[in-house]
Amino acid sequence: MFHALADGTRRDIVLRTLDGEYSVSALARRYPMSFAAVQKHVAVLEAAGLVTKQRKGREQLVRGNVDTVRRATQLLDRFEAVWRGRIDRMGEILADDPNGGTR
Amino acid sequence: MTVTNVHKDPDALTMTITVELDASIERAWQLWADPRQLERWWGPPTYPATFVDHDLAPGSRATYYMTSPEGEKYHGWWEVLAVDPPRRLEVKDGFADDSGKPNDDLPVGRMVVTLDDRGGKTVMEITSHFPSAEAMEQVLSMGQEEGMVQALGQIEGILAGDAS
Repeated sequence: MFHALADGTRRDIVLRTLDGEYSVSALARRYPMSFAAVQKHVAVLEAAGLVTKQRKGREQLVRGNVDTVRRATQLLDRFEAVWRGRIDRMGEILADDPNGGTR
Repeated sequence: MTVTNVHKDPDALTMTITVELDASIERAWQLWADPRQLERWWGPPTYPATFVDHDLAPGSRATYYMTSPEGEKYHGWWEVLAVDPPRRLEVKDGFADDSGKPNDDLPVGRMVVTLDDRGGKTVMEITSHFPSAEAMEQVLSMGQEEGMVQALGQIEGILAGDAS
């Protein structure tokens, strides 16, 4: 997933394909870039596990991988808990030592 | 001391938490600028942080480690990208090896802190940017028990059939 979502087009492809399957050529029509460039973005997303690709006849169908996206959401939930703990401790420090001035 | 907003963007891998502090902006800034105060809140009580170097001048590095209950040390660093006391701090944060030297094999995140004076109170906003889900997992594995508690809560929820 490293850097896979750092690109706006790739994020857009993930969001779009979470709603339904798209062929690579259908995706390519939506972005002002070449088929090969879109294919490359899809390959990066596939390697990161964010989309899956399935051959259907002559077409390659791309579908967003909900599990990977859900994992990012869960990780961010855990980060929220980390920061809430930190903020609670900041509150204790401010209550203990309201004027500060240790430096 | 109230968390007023939390915004998470799973596509961009960012989280912004906004908190209103019952303290002046100068007092709130000390939470970051004074390493002895910083280490009282950065790590959870079971994984206390120790800042070895701490200088918030642009380009400077802060180095720290967190100590597990078993005595194992997890090293990390910040590199100061921008600083405007007492209003703004922007750092890159990463992992280090046992000697405190940055480990370039592990992902590097970024954190932006802004403080805003609201007539004696301070609104602080902290935004964390992650390069990847793996980076988030690695940071969370670094003795972040609060995150673990949350994860356990999720597992219990799933076991109880509430998988939302």
